[in-house]
Parts: sequence; structure tokens; C-alpha cells
Amino acid sequence: MDKLTLDNLEDFLRGTAFLGTGGGGDPYVGGLMLRQELEKGTDCKIIKGSEVDDNDLIIPIAVMGAPTVIVERLPNAKSCIKALRKMEELMGKKAAALIGAEAGGINGTLPFILSSYTGLPVIDGDGMGRAFPELQMCTFGVYGVNCSPLIVRDEKDNEIIINAENNHAAEMFARVICMQMGTKSEIALYPMTGKQMKDTAVHHTCTLAYEIGRSIREARDTGKSPLNGIIDYFKTSFDKRYCKLLFEGKVTDLLRETTDGWAKGTVKLTSLTDSSKEMTVQLQNEFLIALVDNKPVAMVPDLICLVDLETAEPITAEAVKYGQRVHVIGVSVPANMRTKEALDTFGPVPFKVYDKYIPIEEIS
Amino acid sequence: MQIGVDVGGTNTDGVIMSDGKVLVSDKKVTTSNVGDGVFNVIKSVLEKGKISSDKISSVMVGTTHFTNALVERKKLQKIAAIRLSLPAADSLEQMIGWPKDLISTLSPKKYFAKGGYEVDGREISPLDEDEINKIIDDIGNSDINSIAVNSVYSPLNSTMEEKTAELISKKLPNIKISLSHAIGKVGLIERENATIINAALAGLAEEIIEAFESALQNLNINAPLYISQNDGTLMLPNKVKSYPVLTFACGPTNSMRGAAFLSGLDESVIVDIGGTTTDIGYIKQGFPRQSAVATDVGGVRTNFRMPDIVSIGLGGGSIVRENGNKIGPDSVGYLLTEKAKVFGGDTLTATDIAVAKYNLDIGDPSLVINIDKSLIDNSKKQFTKLLEDSIDKMKTSSEEVPAIFVGGGTIINKEKVKGISELIIPDNFAVANAVGAALGQVSGEVDRVFHYDKLGRDKTIENAKLEAKEKAKEAGAIEKTIEVMEINENPLAYLPGRSVRLQIKAIGDLENI
Repeated sequence: MDKLTLDNLEDFLRGTAFLGTGGGGDPYVGGLMLRQELEKGTDCKIIKGSEVDDNDLIIPIAVMGAPTVIVERLPNAKSCIKALRKMEELMGKKAAALIGAEAGGINGTLPFILSSYTGLPVIDGDGMGRAFPELQMCTFGVYGVNCSPLIVRDEKDNEIIINAENNHAAEMFARVICMQMGTKSEIALYPMTGKQMKDTAVHHTCTLAYEIGRSIREARDTGKSPLNGIIDYFKTSFDKRYCKLLFEGKVTDLLRETTDGWAKGTVKLTSLTDSSKEMTVQLQNEFLIALVDNKPVAMVPDLICLVDLETAEPITAEAVKYGQRVHVIGVSVPANMRTKEALDTFGPVPFKVYDKYIPIEEIS
Repeated sequence: MQIGVDVGGTNTDGVIMSDGKVLVSDKKVTTSNVGDGVFNVIKSVLEKGKISSDKISSVMVGTTHFTNALVERKKLQKIAAIRLSLPAADSLEQMIGWPKDLISTLSPKKYFAKGGYEVDGREISPLDEDEINKIIDDIGNSDINSIAVNSVYSPLNSTMEEKTAELISKKLPNIKISLSHAIGKVGLIERENATIINAALAGLAEEIIEAFESALQNLNINAPLYISQNDGTLMLPNKVKSYPVLTFACGPTNSMRGAAFLSGLDESVIVDIGGTTTDIGYIKQGFPRQSAVATDVGGVRTNFRMPDIVSIGLGGGSIVRENGNKIGPDSVGYLLTEKAKVFGGDTLTATDIAVAKYNLDIGDPSLVINIDKSLIDNSKKQFTKLLEDSIDKMKTSSEEVPAIFVGGGTIINKEKVKGISELIIPDNFAVANAVGAALGQVSGEVDRVFHYDKLGRDKTIENAKLEAKEKAKEAGAIEKTIEVMEINENPLAYLPGRSVRLQIKAIGDLENI
């Protein structure tokens, strides 16, 4: 995939929703913003991480806040551009390319929106390979890139620059500022060199999103099962992934609550063929762990994705409803998301859902 | 006595009800001037029941007319859309992603102005009256007669939208104004889409309501007229003139409500079999379960309150092929009485199979006497499977629940299918939708973000309940019948003060029922 156009936009958006593993915010609004710009005749160039110079400046741009607020306040393109320019000013250098902080959800679309305005290329990759709720949960940071200086800003040109002692502290300060800005801010963070990007990013995730979306559509168009479309895709994908159908069931219980400042919840599913068989999926913005009969079958950071039983359309945690019939799909993540350092930052232990990480290939 | 009328795409159904019983019912063809169809069916039921028009205490009408106008792009008005949000929410214009033909029909003028609120209630910026007045002047110089106004977080605070409406009315007293807070929920784009659709329907709404009112006048009925909304409750004609979009999806809602009433059950699966499609839904406390996901209407994404239904291409007119192994999704539709075998036609339909299987007295049963038994069995298996799959989707547990079958196509299935405990086909099953319209209840709703830190959870919910009940009373409900029927609590992540979006709905009977 070398550019994002009106022709591949829908497939790409479906893929970013899939990679959101239930969270990351509905890419719908981001998709509309992209459509608006692409319809003006612009397109967004995508380049491989290896195509930039080691000394180039690469800047990730994102929108921070609550998904429920972002659908009302909307991300602001002008504020994103100003965040980018401020970061360039601080670095004393022009950016050579943009990169996504996360691949899933609305932030999968944001670098492209900015690209449509600035003409800068977008790196085929990101810092999460999926969606995560906090700024430090990012491979850039895991492998030594500093989240600071972190620019947090809004449409009123309130602009706060954070230089924090570590990436976790950067998250905590930014969150407070974001709330003051109306729980929606545009941010520029993790400024890095081409070399750092090559070493720390999760690569090819834009292409991956597009190809996942395409495999679902092509299966639908040719009358094949869209579920098999996804599973077959991962068998031959350029980026070797283990993919498995974890469960076929119906949503029989749904619990959402706020605990420790998070939208936490549990989705209970009952098998369509054997009503004594149950799956529980725990979520904290994203789906974090799936258990069958209290035994885990997949856990974070591996992807746990709920898709519609018939159409394979990805379902966000907010859209899960009683009686819905779904397939639960598990997909492995690349090696750089499974190292000790990575798991210490965004594995099952820091999320407090399980006492150790077991890769999906080994437990299901 | 109440009259219930359902204006569908093909038929206009009418019933007269008294003390919870259907006295008389009839079906007439829907006319291109919808007022005539309504006149015809009411005249007919009054005559059939030998009921004098002064006995009628209220008339309730459900209509799919506004939905159809949007889907068919007919009789829509040009609009202007104002978004109160600057300096925020200006990176995405109004109506992006809409079907092109619909955009050109509405030829919108789009405006952005300062205003809007934050999630915690602060102003994004104050409303600038000079700015709004300039926009109004610009609209005044065009041929546009309908304006949609949408402010950021208007569901939390409607003041700026109302102030803008006031300024518009001062300068352009005859223009139609649609305010987003009265139409949609949180979700700027979906709410704005619904508001723009509403603005486009405003002229038609006036015309339709006047047609209904003059039909009643010509029948010497002086009783008040009510119109069904999408959640199964009623609106007064003046509200429909301002908010026609709230009638969307009232058809399936009415037939489900009617089915629940006719059967006496208030929790069950409802199967409404028509000529072309079957709608399957779920009733709880006598009201349809609402859909949780965004719904597309005429190609536009909205966040209307819609009943949660599964629609399948199976009905009385569904065409049967491949020795019964394929049924539908195409149908002979309203041509059933010409095309179906039992009516001397050449197309094998689900109705023909039913006549052959159950020896029904429809058309000329001898015309289907030679249909092969294997074909009948295959077809039966096919539609049983279609029904079973869809019923299962609507149930929340694996336990069996009763299912109520209604609609004109109900005759095609007489047997209990898997997943249901009991199959119920109530009297007057064919006019369940008109019965649903006649079940006059009105509602009051609260849908806002509350902070539990201030008063605590219990007290906050209690106050919100009282507010919903008060709104139901304002809508015409008798105080002692008002009850809270729904409370939804959605915690808002990341927000301080234990913020929760509370949606509370209270309903009550109308005074004159």
C-alpha cells in the first residue's frame, strides 16, 4: 500500500476498527474527515519505515481524550497542524514524515488527515500495533524514545508543553490537561529520528489494516464466509501472524462500570452450538482477555476482536449489545510487542488481568 | 373510543377500540394523497361498527410517509445548516458522506458560528449575536425556508440553540427551525444529520398533518389527533409539524406494541410477517427493545431511537424456487392477488405453500392441489430455518420465550419453531400496527450527563426520574398513570466527579383514553 485514496479508504477504516480490538474510538468520524479531504483531490502518501534517513525527524500525532467526547467535539485538523509545527520548532528541524501513535480506532486515521493538509508522507507503522488507552503503552517508549517534549493543545490555542521525568509521568500530566481542555486534545509526542523509528515502531500496520479490511470485503463480495476471509488472510499475510477463531457465540450478559477511572466491563457469550459453554471477555476500553470456562484463550497484547457473525464487521466495545451473535477472533502480535520490556508496559500484568503472559499460539 | 390508523406504503389500516377491545377493523389502499386513505378507512370502520363520530375520543395515526419521502427523495425542502461550535468542530463540514443525490436535492447552505459547550458544561465560546444575525440575513436573501441548528453538546445544554432560534424568528418569522437537542443524542454528526433530515421534511410535515386534520374534519370527528413516534409513544400534531423525523420507524414499533397488547403478553419475541419482509423484534414491558447501534436512514447515518429489529426477506408473497429450497428474498409484493397460484397467477409463493399445507380457504385452493409434497416440505424447512435463526438473534438467553405472530402474512406459519415456548396468533393479528397506534401513551425523557459527586447516585437518579415524569405530564399523561419505564446508566470514562450519562424515560396514559 503506497497511498490512501477514496478507493481503499473503506477497507482501511474497517481494518483500523479491527485493530482497535474494541477500543481506540470509533474511526467513523476520522473516516469522514479523511473522505472530505480526499474528495478534494488530495491523496496521502504512505512510505515504508526503511525509506527515511536515519537522521530524519519523525513526529507522531494523535488525538487524546474520551471516545464518547471525541464524537461530539471532533478532532481538529488546524490544531494538529499547529502541534506538528510547534514540535518542529522545538526540535529545530522540519519533519520528514508522520507516524501514528496507534493503529487501531480513530488514531489510525489521524496522521492521514494531517497528511492530507500538509502533504507529508505517513510511515507504514505505528507505536502500538493496535489500540491502548495510555501514552506510555507504546513501543516507541518501551524501546527508549522519550514521550517528552509532549505538546498538548486545543482549538483555542491553549498549548502546554510537558517535559516529564518519564513517559508514565507524561501520561499523568497530559491527562489532567486534556480534561481541562474539554477531554479532547490534539497531541504531538515521541519526536524521534528515522533510526529510532526504524528500531522501535510496529511496522506495516497501515498496510495490515487495509488488507484486513479488504479480505473481509472480498469474501463478502464473492459469497465466501467473511470470517474465513480474515483467517485465510492471516495464513498468507506478509507479516506472519497466528490467527484463530476463539469462539462463536451470542452476547448473553453485559456489564459496564467505571472503576479506577476506567470504562471497565465484562462481556459474556454463550456458544451457539453448546449452551453450557461460555466465554467471558474482560475489557478496559479495549478487549484485554478472553476466557472459556475460566481458562484464558487469548490475552493482551495479542488482539481479541469481536466481529459480527455474518458480515465480520468489527464491533467496538461500546456497540456490543445483548443478543448479538459474534465471532471472537484472536491474532498474535509481532515479536517486538512480546518482549519482557513490552509486556511490563502493556501486558496482562500491568493491566491486572492475569499473572503472566501466555502467547495465543500456546494456549489455544 | 379511540381510532387507530396505520398508513403503510401499500395499505392504510384502521381500528376502533374501546375499553381495551378491538370493536372493528378494516384495510384500505394507501392513496397518493395520504389524507384520502385515512378518510376512507376511518369512514369504513365507523360505518361497519355503526359508530357515530362524536363517540370518538381520540385518533392516533402512525405513518411511514416521512421515512418514505426521504428514501424516495420526494417533497424534500432546501435547507441551511448552522453549527454552533467555533473555534472547535470545524474540521468536518456538514453532510460529509451523504448520498450525492440527496445533497443536491437539499442544496444546503452551510454555516459555522461561535458557540457550543464542553462536556462539563462550560461554554466553548459565547454565542455572538452579531455573527448569527449576519448568517440569518444571508439565509433571508436566499430561497431557503428551513434551517437546522446544531450546537456542540446541545443534549447537555440547549440554551444556545434556543437563543439562535429566537434570533431567527425575529428576522424571519415564517421560516422553519429544527433544533438538534430536541431530535438526537450525544454524537455531533449523527445528531446533526437527523436535524438536517428533519429540516428537509418540515414543509411536508405541515402538508401531511393538515391532510390528516382535514380528513377528521370531513368525518365530523372533533377528537384530538395524535401521531406515533419511533418509540411507540405519541406526539401532538404541532410537534410533528416541527419534528417529523421523530416518526421514523414507528411502523414496526406500532405492530410490536399492538402484538403485545392483543396477546396480553409484555415480554416476548414478536414476528411481524408482511407481504415481502418479516420484522422480528423483542418486547419488554410492552415496549420494543431499542437498537444500540447507529442506524442508517435513506443512506444517512443517524442516532435515532429505533426498535432493535432483524428484517428478513420472507413474507406471504415471497417467491418459492428450486423445488422449495429457496424462498425469497424477492416477493410479488402487492401483486399477490394477481401473481400467486391460488389467485390464478403463474408464480409460486409462500402463500401458495401455506394454502396447500394447511388447506386454507384463500383464493382457489384447487389450483395448488397438485404441488409435490417434497416441495411443500422443503419450503417449510426453509422458512422454519429462516425464522428460527432470526428469532434466536433477538433473544437474550437460550431459554424458550413465547412468540407472537402478527401481520398480513402470518398465515404462512402455523407451527411452533425452535427456541420459542409457545406460538401465539392473536385475534386481529392482521391489523396489529393500527392497534399499536391506538395504544396512546405519552412519554417524557431525560438524557444528560450527571455528576454523582454532587448529590450521590440515589438522589441524582431520583431527581432525574422526577424530571422525566414532569416531562411526561407536560406531554399530556395523567399523573397517576405515569411510571418510569427505562433507566440507562452509562459511566463516562476519564471524566471527573463520577460522571454518568443518565437516560430515563417515563410514560403514562393520555387523559382521554
